[in-house]
Amino acid sequence: MPKDHGIGASSKRREDKRFLTGKGRYTDDINLPGQAHAWFVRSQVAHGRLTGVDTSAAEAMPGVLRVFTGADFEGVGGLPCGWLVTDRFGQPMQEPGHPVLARGKVRHVGDPVAVVVAETAEQARDAAEAVEVEIDELPAVLDMKAALDPDAPLVHDELKNNLCYDWGFVEENRAAVNAAFETAAHVTTLDLVNQRLVPNAMEPRVALGDFNPATEDSTLYTTSQNPHVIRLLMGAFVLGIPEHKLRVVAPDVGGGFGSKIFHYAEEAFCTFAAKQLRRPVKWTCTRSEAFISDAHGRDHVTRIELALDAEGRFQALRTETHANMGAYLSTFAPSIPTWLHGTLMAGNYKTPLIYVNVKAVFTNTVPVDAYRGAGRPEATFQLERVIDKAAREMGIDPVELRRRNFITEFPYATPVAVEYDTGDYNATLDKLLEIADVAGFEARLADSKSRGMLRGLGLNCYIEACGIAPSQLVGQLGARAGLYESATVRVNATGGLVVMTGSHSHGQGHETTFAQVVADMIGIGEDMVEIVHGDTANTPMGMGTYGSRSLAVGGSAMVRATNKIIAKAKKIAAHLMEAAPEDIELKDGKFSVAGTDKSVAWGDVTLAAYVPHNYPLEELEPGLEETAFYDPNNFTYPAGAYACEVEVDPETGKVTVCSFAAADDFGNIVNPMIVSGQVHGGIAQGIGQALLEAASYDDYGQLLSGSYMDYAMPRADDVPFYRVDHSCATPCTHNPLGVKGCGEAGAIGSPPAVVNAVVDALQRAGHTGVTHIDMPLTPARVWAAMQG
Amino acid sequence: MYAFEIDRPTTLDAAVTALGQEEAQALGGGQTLIPALKQRLASPARLVSLTGIDDLKGICVADDGALCIGAATSHATVAAEAAATYPALADLAAHIGDPAVRNRGTIGGSLANNDPSACYPAAVLASRAMIRTNTREIAADDYFEGMFATALEEGEIITEVRFPLPEQAAYVKFAQPASRFALVGVFVARFADGVRVAVTGASEDGVFRWTEAEAALSDDFRPEAVAGLSVDPEGMIGDLHGSPDYRAHLIRVLTGRAVAAAAA
Repeated sequence: MPKDHGIGASSKRREDKRFLTGKGRYTDDINLPGQAHAWFVRSQVAHGRLTGVDTSAAEAMPGVLRVFTGADFEGVGGLPCGWLVTDRFGQPMQEPGHPVLARGKVRHVGDPVAVVVAETAEQARDAAEAVEVEIDELPAVLDMKAALDPDAPLVHDELKNNLCYDWGFVEENRAAVNAAFETAAHVTTLDLVNQRLVPNAMEPRVALGDFNPATEDSTLYTTSQNPHVIRLLMGAFVLGIPEHKLRVVAPDVGGGFGSKIFHYAEEAFCTFAAKQLRRPVKWTCTRSEAFISDAHGRDHVTRIELALDAEGRFQALRTETHANMGAYLSTFAPSIPTWLHGTLMAGNYKTPLIYVNVKAVFTNTVPVDAYRGAGRPEATFQLERVIDKAAREMGIDPVELRRRNFITEFPYATPVAVEYDTGDYNATLDKLLEIADVAGFEARLADSKSRGMLRGLGLNCYIEACGIAPSQLVGQLGARAGLYESATVRVNATGGLVVMTGSHSHGQGHETTFAQVVADMIGIGEDMVEIVHGDTANTPMGMGTYGSRSLAVGGSAMVRATNKIIAKAKKIAAHLMEAAPEDIELKDGKFSVAGTDKSVAWGDVTLAAYVPHNYPLEELEPGLEETAFYDPNNFTYPAGAYACEVEVDPETGKVTVCSFAAADDFGNIVNPMIVSGQVHGGIAQGIGQALLEAASYDDYGQLLSGSYMDYAMPRADDVPFYRVDHSCATPCTHNPLGVKGCGEAGAIGSPPAVVNAVVDALQRAGHTGVTHIDMPLTPARVWAAMQG
Repeated sequence: MYAFEIDRPTTLDAAVTALGQEEAQALGGGQTLIPALKQRLASPARLVSLTGIDDLKGICVADDGALCIGAATSHATVAAEAAATYPALADLAAHIGDPAVRNRGTIGGSLANNDPSACYPAAVLASRAMIRTNTREIAADDYFEGMFATALEEGEIITEVRFPLPEQAAYVKFAQPASRFALVGVFVARFADGVRVAVTGASEDGVFRWTEAEAALSDDFRPEAVAGLSVDPEGMIGDLHGSPDYRAHLIRVLTGRAVAAAAA
């Protein structure tokens, strides 16, 4: 019997009423008196020496207040990088500067060179066209392997080459891994590309800076997934504003997928310019501008090799990846191909020896950073593709090959430095085979054949590390931040609660699920709990939302704070009923004395806390408000199995996704409907990557797919109705809710299923030479593969 | 978007006069021009909207049986009102863009722009349609002059397109995955005196007739008639979404499918 409220209930998303009725309040909806508008002049070439920026004509244009260039940022810090990766020789990564506005050189198309601030956005844009930028063009560094050639032009002249780092993991295992390959009965090798993607959140980025000369307070309204992180990075490293003089507000945010984690130049600029001009300064990104200024995702070129014994047991795994950093290091860029990628290379399997090599490379392209899944989709894709290829080469059923190598005992310490606390990979695989009706595939195949279509079935497993992250561990790995989360629970006199969380909701439905948790703990209605997030002025310092961490980490902080509330409320109740606190029980919003019929209501206690007439003031402070911080002691490890069925048109190469099934183990579930929605969205993004999306540069570093005319986002008719299941739950062993996180799983688990299915379809049709097709599997690419 | 003046004439004469002004640009449904203006890729000083002229709107059947479509008629109207008389054309109109595009975009605007991936040029060329303007009539074979190029003179306004009705016809479009314009689109029309095959989306020279297929299909109007033919990839568009070889291949495949659909 499904629950109708509290933890486990599919409560309707309370935030949707305002989103669906146009009452959301996004950053661009905020307009301040006297507001001026910024327009960025961006480099139109990928690489060049900036020899002059003449702003005089622009400054004379109507409405122009001032034109800023790189020279105005003398003495201002650059955009900081939040993670220091140490290479396999023990040396720190090469870390070039990242100025707010370009100085000396431009390094990618879209690199900001100047900014016009004017009375209106149109005036700013008009004047921006009058800014004369002189650039001596240099050859663009684009291909990652060519970028590492000793003769390659340097993206950053001050660095010794274009290599950010050459990372080996686990370096000590390198020789043993290589030795295992020498003696393996079978080795499967696969070269593949995990292509560059553009995040494309529905709401483009916006920044609005404000400065109050009377108080000397700065405020930044911005489209961020983590306002406290922006306050710290921008305040401490760029503009030199202490946190108590800087407020960052991220109100309703229309999706981020990672791209709104990072601290961007436009945020620093608007905050800086507002102080200079004594006017609020707003910048609203256009969609075209987003393509060349939002951090991109993925962009790995990989060779993966799997060594197996004669029975198909994995002996060793070896990978070499070139990971594109783009022109500058975005906030968390160095961590993505390393700690969020190499640590997942064990997957769901007990491969004893693993060595991961990653060369991170600077190129004249838009910076690359976390995008939904962030490193884990790249790990999953290559692993699940090479397993499928190995199964085919060895004549072993791909399901059986996976089962043969599953980790079945927990906790399990992988050879790549993480410890899976719990899981049951056979359970999710069994569930997948059931909901995908794999047994009925042959009949569907026959039907497809009768219509002249090819049909294929692809499946794969995945695991991810979520609930980011134990601060001390990530500190050792190079993180320059802690990754705890926070919550303040404020109970009002009449019993309603406000929970102020350091997490940030930009589509996840926290306002609903977080309220479900707190209401359930106290036994009151969800409508008595309000969730507040997104404003550094009224929420405790928190690290924000990404990496499927909010319920696992932020929710745990909230549980702790609520437990403190309950403990104090019990003391008040005990006083009111003249009983001992340890005898007080809280159930359904009522405090009772065990073994008696005495009780007081939740509201009686909360009122007593704020009207302390009958109250133990000598022992207890009045009021009912508690704050807690939670630092996890491990990652969480959601895992599951995904299946995809496709039809391929043999004449055109067009792939149609006929069905998609996902069996996930997310541990305990607070709101099944929202979890399903998260999986649906993630799969749509994964199908988008597998079949449609690609950020493509030409030889000059111009982004060819720079608009929706050429960058193919998945539309409703590109995806099927999904079959999702999350009944196979092994609760997380180390957080109070037993939750694991569900935000990225769909995007991580789905691309290999789609590609496996297409390869399967082609193999079944006799195209035995087709063992891999690089994403996106466009009709043209699939057709070309069939031509041999 | 740059600032511009806009005229909204209600008669053809007033539109012709308005277009005589300096730097004036005709505006149909705006589905190409408005995005170009928004991106500041065009900067006309003056736009002359043609969609307020009632005489340019509507669909009728002429005495000679031709289907006459006013130049300012929206794709949605063609999709609805031509369904009985020319179902292949109505079907084409029903699959241009999305509902917003179909309710704003016009046949005249599409033909005046002559985007190499637009759908209507294929129908006009395959159907031997006549393009009427404020000054003359232009046969389809004389109208299309390459990508974004037409026989229209400066200031000339398309008023109507007259489609002779074929015995059988079909349009098959293979969508470019991002824009969903035609990566390749083939319109096949069978008349009593022969078959016409027009191809959009594929050629660097814009819409064109595949005469080899026309000859084969005029003898034998079955998909098999084109199965052995091939299109020279030379001159076909190559881009992110398909090579010249792929487009050339699709022309044959889609022609076969269009014949099958027309005969169904």
